[in-house]
Amino acid sequence: MPVVRIPTVLRKHTDGAAKIEVSGSDVGEVLRGLVAAHPGLSEQLFDGDKVRGFINVYVEDEDIRYLDGLASPVGDDAEIALMPAVAGGAG
Amino acid sequence: MNAAAPVGSFCLDRVTWDRLVEHARSDHPYEVCGLLGLRPDGGFEHYLVPNAERSMTYYVMEPRALLRAMREIEDHGYGLAIYHSHTHTDAYPSQTDIQLAAYPDATYLIVTLQDWDRPDIRAFTIVDGEVREKLVVVRDRPVHAPDPVA
Repeated sequence: MPVVRIPTVLRKHTDGAAKIEVSGSDVGEVLRGLVAAHPGLSEQLFDGDKVRGFINVYVEDEDIRYLDGLASPVGDDAEIALMPAVAGGAG
Repeated sequence: MNAAAPVGSFCLDRVTWDRLVEHARSDHPYEVCGLLGLRPDGGFEHYLVPNAERSMTYYVMEPRALLRAMREIEDHGYGLAIYHSHTHTDAYPSQTDIQLAAYPDATYLIVTLQDWDRPDIRAFTIVDGEVREKLVVVRDRPVHAPDPVA
């Protein structure tokens, strides 16, 4: 089953869990399963049906923006990582 | 809003302070960014993260380099400091910095090159839009400062 790696900053929404197994054959399915099990993550990750712009999602360390987004396929032993973007600047 | 007195402190060694300034100068006038892993012994692991925007007024940490660095920091249980440079403004969080700050437990360091010959680094926490400054204390003796990871 695919594993989702939860960064420290989001673990307050997963009861402290750092890795969570979620079934699914693409990223969208896995993330929907994840937020169904941990509803507190929903607002952190999604804006409607889309992943929030400042959340990075990776499959095997590749940013899904460079894959097929939420439709990116995931294998049974895939690791999906989540990471809030780090951005800013003088503006 | 620059007037509030610092709350707490953030200790940097001189070598790391110099490396942050050197990094900021290396791509001037563009903003640079990176992470520091704060080791329990007081030393730092320094990760240079490319600015995916390569802009004079904006930075976005390149996602793959960010993941690699953050994963190492998390796997080691290090504390987290996030730094970037302001090349033409002072070392205080801009509205952009505040709005995009997603790491309430991190220390945000800003390196300013507004005065090229007198760079400065200031430290902050940014929690729910509230900025609190930490006094940067520079000590001369590094605990152990391995070369930065590019």
